[in-house]
Amino acid sequence: MIAQQLVNGLMLGAIYVLVAVSFTLSIGILNFLNFSIPGLFMVGGMVTWILIGKGLHWGLAILGAVAAAGLVALAVERLSYRRSQAREPEVPLVSSLGFLVLLENLALVGAGSDQQAFPALVPDFNLRIGGLVVGGAQLVSLAVALTLVVAISVVLSRTSLGRQVRSIAESRETAVILGIDVGRLVPGIFILSAVFTALGGVLFALNYLQVSPFMGEGVGFKGVAAMILGGMGSIWGAVAGGLLIGLTEVLSITYLGADVVNVTVYGLLLAVMVLRPQGLFGRPPAREKL
Amino acid sequence: MTGYQSGLLVILCFNVIAAYAVYLPMAAGQLNLGVAGFMATGAYAAAYLTNEAGWSIGAAVPAGGACAGLLALLVAVPILRTQGIYLALATFALGQVIAAIFLNLDVVGGAAGYPVSAYAGPGAVFAATAAILAAMLLLSRTRFALYLTAIKSDPVVTDLMGVNVRAVQVGALTLGAVIGGLGGGLYGHHFSFVEAQHFNVALSIFTVLYVLLGGVQTVWGPLVGGAFFTLLPEVLRAGGGWRYVLFALLIIGVMALRPQGLVTAGAHWRPRRRAASRAPSRTSGHPGPETRLSTEVSGS
Repeated sequence: MIAQQLVNGLMLGAIYVLVAVSFTLSIGILNFLNFSIPGLFMVGGMVTWILIGKGLHWGLAILGAVAAAGLVALAVERLSYRRSQAREPEVPLVSSLGFLVLLENLALVGAGSDQQAFPALVPDFNLRIGGLVVGGAQLVSLAVALTLVVAISVVLSRTSLGRQVRSIAESRETAVILGIDVGRLVPGIFILSAVFTALGGVLFALNYLQVSPFMGEGVGFKGVAAMILGGMGSIWGAVAGGLLIGLTEVLSITYLGADVVNVTVYGLLLAVMVLRPQGLFGRPPAREKL
Repeated sequence: MTGYQSGLLVILCFNVIAAYAVYLPMAAGQLNLGVAGFMATGAYAAAYLTNEAGWSIGAAVPAGGACAGLLALLVAVPILRTQGIYLALATFALGQVIAAIFLNLDVVGGAAGYPVSAYAGPGAVFAATAAILAAMLLLSRTRFALYLTAIKSDPVVTDLMGVNVRAVQVGALTLGAVIGGLGGGLYGHHFSFVEAQHFNVALSIFTVLYVLLGGVQTVWGPLVGGAFFTLLPEVLRAGGGWRYVLFALLIIGVMALRPQGLVTAGAHWRPRRRAASRAPSRTSGHPGPETRLSTEVSGS
């Protein structure tokens, strides 16, 4: 029983991982708490659903949704981030929140506020290992999340591109002086974080077989919690945080009841923030860098 | 005044009170993403006092504010160890936890909500808002407001000048929580009902939005921001389902064109600012008021 709940928690955590990595890229490299991410998550799920409804192949539909999220992220970069770089970090936060409101209400106008049934794309097979049951969609989520995280982590730590990105996180001015094309890399980071988030939204839809204009909020805020828990700016911290939040959520639903989920999840977060503000894997708070 | 107009004004009042609760710590550079938690504390405490202890509204609402303040004081000390965005996220977690605890507290009705027997009419709400506004204006003329601005501009220098930065920050967060608690208490007594679901993250974040949109340079910013957010969706009502889309586009547009907020420090401060701009400018990444003025003049 408990092993099964652990498995379920890890699978739910996989989706939080993608959102948390997306937040951590944005805050770790750009020092920008990007509140449009829950909106991009919703775009991932909703646009896939809309395109499948139009008769597109599911692969193309997912591709379309990711592309849509990328375009929105570019708009966020242009209108929220770039316009207010040198000012206080709170300012782009407001206008990225404006994008969240915009996306949710566009979806509301387009599709209504109801939960929409998402087609079951992953054949309904269950993997049985001993007494454990793992659903097909759950396996796909975990595999996709892990692949993406390993890929981004390798790119950031091993390649020249990754070194350039890390140098922006270290000091933007120095990066510019050293000839790094910050103006091209920053939009790239936005697109990358949009891809992660949108795929998270698609996986959420695959697992729960439903989408709605407000599907991003609950997951998005737990993603923020996961990012802080792991340590801001740390990719593997975001992974640990996401899995831990997923586990906490599933275990408290099982043993304490669904009502107390927010008490345990955010209580855990608060406790970590008080005892170890930099998070489990973060560096000390003097530097909010990747 | 029709029922619609007074209803709208009451909502405006609640939004403005919440905005000042966020404004005070923000004036010292602390982003409070958990104001809904303090409002919930005030709302439930005040409602409990009138319902169960038989207090009058006039006594219970300030007591609710005091409870919220006390809570802020208790958590401010560990939370303020964190800085910058960490502080904002700690308040975010705190707000979530408080709301979730009230949702599970059966003494005050749990998820079913908590009916409040005593009723505060629109007049009482208007009077309380006016009083809070007056108090904020008075406060803006004191040294305390000056300390807040100084801490926002540069905490290290402020510390070197002999200001107890930590105490001022705790004070700002606590005072903001008291105002939030007062607003929450009034809210419960006006609508005769308190439910934990109302005090969610969205409320906290939108309140921050009012304040930043209005601007934190002057004490009028939160008032203008709150009014903008309350009245504009009503003006856009003709747009039907599209009104929040238009509204969101306006938020993005305003922040792109005026990142410093709608209201900036006015003309009567200008001579002093000019004098300040002759002083050697700081090299830190965050522009102080004087650099902000120069970017305004150049029309960015």
